[in-house]
Amino acid sequence: MNSIFILTIVAVVYLFIIAYLGYRGYKKTKTALDYLVAGRNVHPFVMAVSYGATFISTSAIIGFGGAAALFGMGLLWLTFLNIAVGILLSFIIFGKRTRKIGHNLDAHTFPELLGRRFKSTFIQGFGGIIIFVFMPIYTAAVLIGAGRFIETTFAGQINYNVAILIYILIVTGYVLAGGLKAVMYADAFQGVIMFLGMGVLLVFTYVKLGGVVAAHQALTNISHLVPDKLVAAGHMGWTSMPKLGSSLWWVLVSTIVMGVGIGVLTQPQLAVRFMTVKSNKELNRAVAIGGVFILCMTGVAFIVGSLSNVYFVNNPEYGKIALSAAGGNIDKIMPLYINSALPSWFVYVFMLTLLSAAMSTTSSQFHAMGTSIGRDFFEKVFFKGKHSKHTVLITRLGIVLGIISTVTLGYKLPGSVIAIATAIFFGLCANTFLPTYVGAMFFKGMTKAGAISSMLTGFFGTALWLLFVHKKEAAALGLCNLIFNKPTLGTFPWIVVDPIIVILPLAAIVAIVVSLFTKKLPSAHVKSCFEHI
Amino acid sequence: MEILGIEDPAIWSVYLLCIISAFYAVYYGVKNWNKGEDRVFPEDVTWVKDEKKVENDL
Repeated sequence: MNSIFILTIVAVVYLFIIAYLGYRGYKKTKTALDYLVAGRNVHPFVMAVSYGATFISTSAIIGFGGAAALFGMGLLWLTFLNIAVGILLSFIIFGKRTRKIGHNLDAHTFPELLGRRFKSTFIQGFGGIIIFVFMPIYTAAVLIGAGRFIETTFAGQINYNVAILIYILIVTGYVLAGGLKAVMYADAFQGVIMFLGMGVLLVFTYVKLGGVVAAHQALTNISHLVPDKLVAAGHMGWTSMPKLGSSLWWVLVSTIVMGVGIGVLTQPQLAVRFMTVKSNKELNRAVAIGGVFILCMTGVAFIVGSLSNVYFVNNPEYGKIALSAAGGNIDKIMPLYINSALPSWFVYVFMLTLLSAAMSTTSSQFHAMGTSIGRDFFEKVFFKGKHSKHTVLITRLGIVLGIISTVTLGYKLPGSVIAIATAIFFGLCANTFLPTYVGAMFFKGMTKAGAISSMLTGFFGTALWLLFVHKKEAAALGLCNLIFNKPTLGTFPWIVVDPIIVILPLAAIVAIVVSLFTKKLPSAHVKSCFEHI
Repeated sequence: MEILGIEDPAIWSVYLLCIISAFYAVYYGVKNWNKGEDRVFPEDVTWVKDEKKVENDL
């Protein structure tokens, strides 16, 4: 019971600090919004780190760290995209326009931004429903990451089901206590803990394995231990990319790297953050901190995840690769590594790192889910955009339903699911929203019909691809088998190619072609969207 | 050629690319540290007022 006692003390102290920071920020009304109105600058560190804390969750650290233990350092291509797309492109190119166009249109959610830009109730309502229905897949991935860590840390004392319950109670308490508000100091505090936790994790791992070069060489030297099944699928060792064009290569490159790397641009809970800053100056400054933050998060998780194989092979207690040591569940690899390889004091520090990573992300996800069903769907579709007390009620109900569906998925989803579940949601968002988002921000000639047809192509194209072509999902969902009596209609390589490779370009082409032949938006409206840019 | 103990160029290059892109982010941020100061327009203030309403409702 000793470790549970320490856990409770650490968690309570931590939650008190978060609550104090939230209260202090709220009392002094120093939210991002007040800064904006007061005409002062949010400290760039606070802006960047709170964005980063929302972006990076247990999904990235536990789920994708575990995926790195399976695929190897090829996952670093995702880190590269996280910085190049998730920070540089996102902040410099998309962030500046999102902020100004969002303000011009008085838009407060991502679907509302798109809906108002194209003067379309359908776009806002449809976008809201997609976010509300599918975001729990991602929220559950974050929840599972936290659950697996708690389960492994307190093995024999807290099982996975209880771990999930504990975590969701903490997050629900945080949300009820005002965690949905943009109180920056609490977010930034969580970001700082994440910085420290991941920094220590990297240094510990390299030191333990004899230094950077020695650790990498040791990882190369055990490539003969890759299981035959993975070798047959294209695995060529943890310091090599999988064989070009093999099924593992397609999963790594198309689903994990491209799906998540590009999908970040259209994450509703991230896009709205750009609107809360005062000027482009803050975004410029935040780029510097954000780039380093992401490198310290996913970069460290993927390097450490890969290197955990060396630790497990060299440790006589295990004597096997990470995947086998974790009983075949890649979601358990990072928790197991941290618990076995690192000193116990660090495990508690890391638990706070994960709690921070998960809380900041989950609260913004619940916020996005609530507003998507309340403001974007019900208010827009049923109340013609008129604000009423029903909106507030439905938004709150939406958050409760979001929490329930997240917990249900947390219990029901199988092992080794975090990275895939996250990638599915990111890919779905990219295919559905990206062409419309790009058009909304940069192409004055994009029409309402172009935007709607692109979104429908993206969404239904992805759904059909996952139901009938992409083998893993098609086989698991079973509709293809029911209708056609076979698990997939596709052939190799299509059965392992992520929808983002096929559907996203298709949705973009549809957006362009339809826009060329349909009625343009009134020029006065377009002008008002791009005012002061 | 082996760099950082890694033989596959697709891996060592991305290892370095991650670090280079983070450095570029720092360079960009520092270079533009004082650039991009915008005026606060009436639409920005309206947006903030409405956003606070949305937040408070929750």
